[in-house]
Amino acid sequence: MKKFLIAAVAAFTYAIGSSLALADDPLKIGFVYIGPVGDHGWTYQHNDGRLAVEEAFGDKVQTSFVEFVPEGQDAERVIRQLAADGNKLIFTTSFGYMNPTIKVAQSFPDTYFEHCSGYKRADNVSTYLARFYEARYVNGRIAGQVTKTNTIGYIASFPIPEVVRGINAFALGMRSVNPDATIKVVWVSTWFDPGKEGDAAKALIDQGADVILQHTDSPAPLQVAEERGVWAIGQASDMSAFGPRAHLTSAINNWGPYYVERTRAVLEGTWESGDVWGGYSADMIKSSEINAESVPADVIADAEATIAAIRSGELHPFAGPILDQSGNEIIGAGTTLSDGDLLGMSYYVMGVEGSLPQ
Amino acid sequence: MAAITTVELILLTVVSAATPLLLAATGELVVEKSGILNLGVEGMMLVGAVSAFIAMLTTGSWALGIVAGAAAGVIMSMLFGVLTLFFLANQVASGLALTLFGIGISSLLGIPFIGLPIDKLPSLDVPVLGDIPIFGPLIFEQDFLIYFSVLMVVVVHFFLFRTRAGLVLRAVGESHDAAHSIGYSVIRIRFFAVMFGGAMAGLGGAFLSLSYTPMWVEQMTAGRGWIALALVVFATWKPGRVLIGAYLFGAVTIFQLHLQGFGVQIPGQVLSMLPYLVTILVLVLISRNASRVKLSAPACLGQIFHSNT
Repeated sequence: MKKFLIAAVAAFTYAIGSSLALADDPLKIGFVYIGPVGDHGWTYQHNDGRLAVEEAFGDKVQTSFVEFVPEGQDAERVIRQLAADGNKLIFTTSFGYMNPTIKVAQSFPDTYFEHCSGYKRADNVSTYLARFYEARYVNGRIAGQVTKTNTIGYIASFPIPEVVRGINAFALGMRSVNPDATIKVVWVSTWFDPGKEGDAAKALIDQGADVILQHTDSPAPLQVAEERGVWAIGQASDMSAFGPRAHLTSAINNWGPYYVERTRAVLEGTWESGDVWGGYSADMIKSSEINAESVPADVIADAEATIAAIRSGELHPFAGPILDQSGNEIIGAGTTLSDGDLLGMSYYVMGVEGSLPQ
Repeated sequence: MAAITTVELILLTVVSAATPLLLAATGELVVEKSGILNLGVEGMMLVGAVSAFIAMLTTGSWALGIVAGAAAGVIMSMLFGVLTLFFLANQVASGLALTLFGIGISSLLGIPFIGLPIDKLPSLDVPVLGDIPIFGPLIFEQDFLIYFSVLMVVVVHFFLFRTRAGLVLRAVGESHDAAHSIGYSVIRIRFFAVMFGGAMAGLGGAFLSLSYTPMWVEQMTAGRGWIALALVVFATWKPGRVLIGAYLFGAVTIFQLHLQGFGVQIPGQVLSMLPYLVTILVLVLISRNASRVKLSAPACLGQIFHSNT
């Protein structure tokens, strides 16, 4: 039922969106979003990237987007329609758009596709993703130094490698400064349900967590942290407004530079298929200003130094030695987990409580 | 507020998780008792949520926020009422359309208000009584909408089963032709019931955006309107059981989050299923006696009324 509704809304939104597209001179760029642009999280940031493209190229480009596009059949129809409407560059911004993107790309060899977070490419399909885990490592260091109860509450969505990698990166950062701290993880089985995310935050705080962070998309956990007098870390967007005192920092997804660069490549005729997985050094992620009211100056300095070290390549969050939950060595000192290992991560490292749902 | 223990905090969380469901389901129960099935609860809640938030943010008045939420729900429900009662449109289709419309219009209205925080709806504390351990804060230190949600269960029960007007409303739901033939205005009674349902759904939305998570984000109801609809069936159209159902659902939802935090070795997906599993289980238990369910279900539910037949 809900799927049907979403599909119908998507079709409706699309009908309105496409009727507004008229001129044919500028480069037409289409964006496909999984959520609403107003989620103040994942989709909001992609849309921010779209606006950056508009700002950078003015009337040389004409962008449009379709929001609320469910993964699967509807996605293929929407992407196909965008391509048929003359969009020459199409960004599809959710993992589940992978197969539809590849399929449509075969029918439109002259259109360039950019798929976020997938692993299938073609001559006219690139993939891209941000190394969010770098920011999580930094946040782990901040939280590890701020916590008084040595318990961090982590609100997680689904046990996929992307989320597990974030938990582990955070644990490694936290443990590097505070070997006594542990993470409690609560899985809420949703990307977006403010009420449930807030309830999960309350449950974690009731169990002793004094820093809350999340791998879900709404700012509700920050509000709860503010109300209950603990700290919190924002996700995807700068969420400081929702917890002026509680907010330590937010990891921000910053798609603008990549979208601008890819648009320029199409305009200049230099676009090539590739795979980009960029972090701080590529400006694909950044950290919001760290809350100087709540975080001591030395912790802020440490965080900034850590970001600089990651940016320069001097520090890799997943550099050994890394221990699993029971203390067995996964990799030793002097080695680093490969991107392949990171992309398939399916275990917790030491410092995370409980067991990973399989 | 007196020092609050963890147990009290957990119970408070359960109450706040249950309240939006309770408000919306109580309203829908009255609508269905009059023989109308309005599937637009989710849409009315969303419009209620965004209107309450906008009113609160622009005027700074909690009262206006709450009134705006209810009023927006009523306006939405009147759309539905006009379509189904005067133009005899199909109720299921109109209800779904109302939800779709609610999602769209609430997103549109809410665009300038994303990312703006407000303070939480203040709780109205009863002095002294609120200091009673465990149940004191639970019963006497809640906000207006929580008191109101419980009060309305009592009021609706009294209205439906102890007043003449309630009897008439139920009669309309059982057999609109019979009610019509003895001179009751089926359309008018149903229209008022639909408006009441809209007001309650709007208040459920207002609770979300003013108290539960004081903010506006698109689709913040996240399916609660549908759960409220299911609760009405779960409760076999009895107000008291709506209360039990909503609190049970809230309790299991919160309980599973706590189990995970304590590191219980059950996959999170299974725990997330728990509230729904319990709902299904109770439904099965209740519906073992088919005739009793039939007795409470309004016989004319969802049927179109033609006044000339």
